[in-house]
Amino acid sequence: MRLLNIKPDRAWTVALAALPFFALIVAYMVGSGIRLAENPNDKLLPSFTAMAEAVKHYALEADPRSGLYLMWNDTLSSLSLLLTALAISTFIALVVGILIGLLPIAGATFGPVVAVASMVPPLALLPILFIIMGLGDGAKISLIVIGTTLKLVRDMALRVKDIPAELLIKAQTLGASTWQIALRVVLPQMLPRLIDSVRLEIGPAWLFLIAAEAIAADSGLGYRIFLVRRYLAMDVIIPYVIWITVLAFLMDLALRLLQRKAFPWFAGARTA
Amino acid sequence: MNRSISKLLQSAVAVAASLALVMPSAEAAPKKDFKVAWSIYVGWMPWGYAADTGIVKKWADKYGITIEVKQFNDYVESINQYTAGAFDAVTLTNMDALSIPAAGGVDTTAVIVGDYSNGNDAIILKGKDKLADIKGQTVNLVEFSVSHYLLARALESVKLAEKDVKVLNTSDADMASAYKTADVTAVVTWKPIVSTILESPDAKAVYDSSQIPGEIIDLLVANTEVVKDNPDFGKALAGIWYETMTELASKKEAKEHMAKASGTDVAGFDEQLKTTKLFSTPADALAFTSGADIKGKNELVAKFLFDKALLGKDAKSAEAIGIEFPDKSVFGDKANVKLRYDATFMQAAADGKL
Repeated sequence: MRLLNIKPDRAWTVALAALPFFALIVAYMVGSGIRLAENPNDKLLPSFTAMAEAVKHYALEADPRSGLYLMWNDTLSSLSLLLTALAISTFIALVVGILIGLLPIAGATFGPVVAVASMVPPLALLPILFIIMGLGDGAKISLIVIGTTLKLVRDMALRVKDIPAELLIKAQTLGASTWQIALRVVLPQMLPRLIDSVRLEIGPAWLFLIAAEAIAADSGLGYRIFLVRRYLAMDVIIPYVIWITVLAFLMDLALRLLQRKAFPWFAGARTA
Repeated sequence: MNRSISKLLQSAVAVAASLALVMPSAEAAPKKDFKVAWSIYVGWMPWGYAADTGIVKKWADKYGITIEVKQFNDYVESINQYTAGAFDAVTLTNMDALSIPAAGGVDTTAVIVGDYSNGNDAIILKGKDKLADIKGQTVNLVEFSVSHYLLARALESVKLAEKDVKVLNTSDADMASAYKTADVTAVVTWKPIVSTILESPDAKAVYDSSQIPGEIIDLLVANTEVVKDNPDFGKALAGIWYETMTELASKKEAKEHMAKASGTDVAGFDEQLKTTKLFSTPADALAFTSGADIKGKNELVAKFLFDKALLGKDAKSAEAIGIEFPDKSVFGDKANVKLRYDATFMQAAADGKL
């Protein structure tokens, strides 16, 4: 039997998927065990017990200084920034992307500038943003918006252009105006595709958020990581990284489910 | 198929385990190759100069060892690398030595006590000229750094506490541009950022480290086991340092080199040196390190770190980590001495026995 024809059955699929995670955990435990045997106070690879204790301290006990549950407070603060920013970029991308893709005049006017601007590395703009917007939430939201919108706009414009010309012509022969075509033909086609694009931008959005929080903040998941980094508190950093990963994964999952529920026809359209 | 998968599993675990094994680990045994990490700061610029001009190589050759001197752009990263065991020695402040490697269980010895901040760190208010005006303001600083310590000491001096202000963690790299924005009215930072900020006409330095002399000490520390097993490494470091000190005092090129490497000119570098109490001879450094004052000053730092829970989560008091002084007296837990001020190598330099 050829290798490419061996298909794992259901149980094996689960086992194989778990294998890399399991190997990572074992590798970590071995490495951590070796270092802790040498120096019980080692901070680099803390034991799982130490991490569980740190999580308990950060998530389940109020901080004696501020009275806040730090991990929840950080999560709330980061998520509110991230979701606000993603909502803004999604809205801009939808409107501008459809305009550029559908109207040749808008495409000629804004297409090139969006193409050029999307090449600006957003992180390089951070110092400028902080001067213009101050150190507050405005600068952080702007960074995420700038970092994600332009790519979303370009993607949307390309998707609009992918719509078969026959469809648009047919709508016109049936007497639809530009406005009606945009609203009734293009928009429904674009919404599920927009969800696809936004899913891909979740990663970059977190990256920009954490970068901004590292520079100036008083709460947030990225803030905490960069703060405790000062004393190499890996027992806090590692759970926080895992937590961010879980949050990002859940956001992705939520969008996927939304797409499936709201646009059940799209799965068929994608494979066609 | 079953067997092949269990084999796959076995080998994956083996690969993962061996990956874990190659992680850096602090090793101590006689060795020949040493690594020193340093970062840009007025009191540490001599290391860059010594590496570039062959002073490092000269002393390493004398003891038949090699010393790699590596500059880090990120101060905290250099300390973390040292704590993780990737470097044998690093330049840092006494406060960070206590909170990062020592609290992390890495027994650390101060081989060279280079200087103390004598005005290099400052609290700056916008449009206000009294420290007490800081009350109720948002203060931008690098949290848990010496700036935070300076703020705590300053607030104490005017009978305020940290709850009277709001601390906003701000990266040192962005401090100068942050000051230019309207909502930033109070910052605590260090030179050369202080100098840049004070160029603004509305900026007033209301408190600086010359009011707490000798509390923010800049050190070159090494892993205690490494220097114990390899005293030649310690001797070479002292040799390098004091030869460079001599050149800094006597050679114009030396100062020019250091000024340029720290991104300023000789006038700017002199301005930073003015607020740095540099121990340019081993005798000066010895007098300070072996003096009585240093103990109380380290105690203040340990208390601050304990208040901020930076001595480790198991720490029950500011005395959780022992600090040993040259006369072998110990502040704190004698069974858990992790930071040692060792005058041996500075003494050897003073006696001309290197």
